[in-house]
Amino acid sequence: MSHGNFILREPEYEALLSILRKLLVDASAKVVFLVDKNGTLLASAGDAFGFDTTSLASLAAGNIAATGGLANLIGEKEFSVLFHEGERDNMHLSVVAERLILVVVFDRRSSVGLVRLRVRQATARITTVMAVALAASDAESGGFEELTEADIESLFR
Amino acid sequence: MSFINYSTREINCKVVYYGPGLCGKTTNLQFIYKRMNPEARGKMISLATESERTLFFDFLPLSLGEIRGFKTRFHLYTVPGQVFYDASRRLILRGVDGVVFCADSQLTRVDANEESMENLRGNLREQGYDPERLPLVIQYNKRDLPNIASLAELHALLNRRNVPEFESSATTGGGVFETLKAVIKLVLIDLKRGGRQ
Repeated sequence: MSHGNFILREPEYEALLSILRKLLVDASAKVVFLVDKNGTLLASAGDAFGFDTTSLASLAAGNIAATGGLANLIGEKEFSVLFHEGERDNMHLSVVAERLILVVVFDRRSSVGLVRLRVRQATARITTVMAVALAASDAESGGFEELTEADIESLFR
Repeated sequence: MSFINYSTREINCKVVYYGPGLCGKTTNLQFIYKRMNPEARGKMISLATESERTLFFDFLPLSLGEIRGFKTRFHLYTVPGQVFYDASRRLILRGVDGVVFCADSQLTRVDANEESMENLRGNLREQGYDPERLPLVIQYNKRDLPNIASLAELHALLNRRNVPEFESSATTGGGVFETLKAVIKLVLIDLKRGGRQ
């Protein structure tokens, strides 16, 4: 199993952003995030300013990982959809393209059914883009071969 | 597995603090949180029990500035040290780029350190990593306490790979930043190699 770096290039990043923007409108959501299962935010759409997106990404990954552990205990591979209902806002989390988590935050202007439908449509598109992104990532070196000791030291000055 | 976003010019890396229960993993993160410039760190999250034992993980995001035009972000995690939380430890190791093994220097914890190191190696293998090659730093914590094992003993027991090692006292902060700096360096050197094992 390779643990090479995942390099997301601009064209695929823009493609993911445009899918998220469309999902935001189609699902009447407040904000939409795409997070990787390791807890890093890839992209978001909507008014993300009110959110601590770094914490959100880490906790969403933790949430999916923990429920994945529960799933294994009952013989399931994972629970690919989670829904959290709040007093005002709700959160829909789903596993996409095996390694990503799509997080949709919505309120009473939308509904679980609508979100689920739109997420399903977006999932297919994200999966296609990710296939391209992963193939491109494998072919990229990252461009950090030239990194010097001095570059690294500069972080600590 | 580091995540590099060319569009937002960001590098994201994950560092996990591993070690036996009560060795000081959370205390390391708390000290880093307290001493880091607020602009360079995000919110620290602790998923802990009511008695403040780590239940799932602690999380502290750091932004360390730019390298070659890329913002560097390090996500620090701790695992729950207690033996029965092994499933959680395995989950947190997913996608890890570097590990700090925090050992408890007290004589009474020698066995617990060894057991935890073996557990780390097993869990890394299970996640598809080569435990001989993943960036690793060892920290011998609680050097300020009485009845501690000698450095030579701890080295012989835990540092088979001869990786960078540091003495520390996480409550007062001694050795905490030296450890962090060492693991960050190793992770970046690994990134330079393409992060492949």
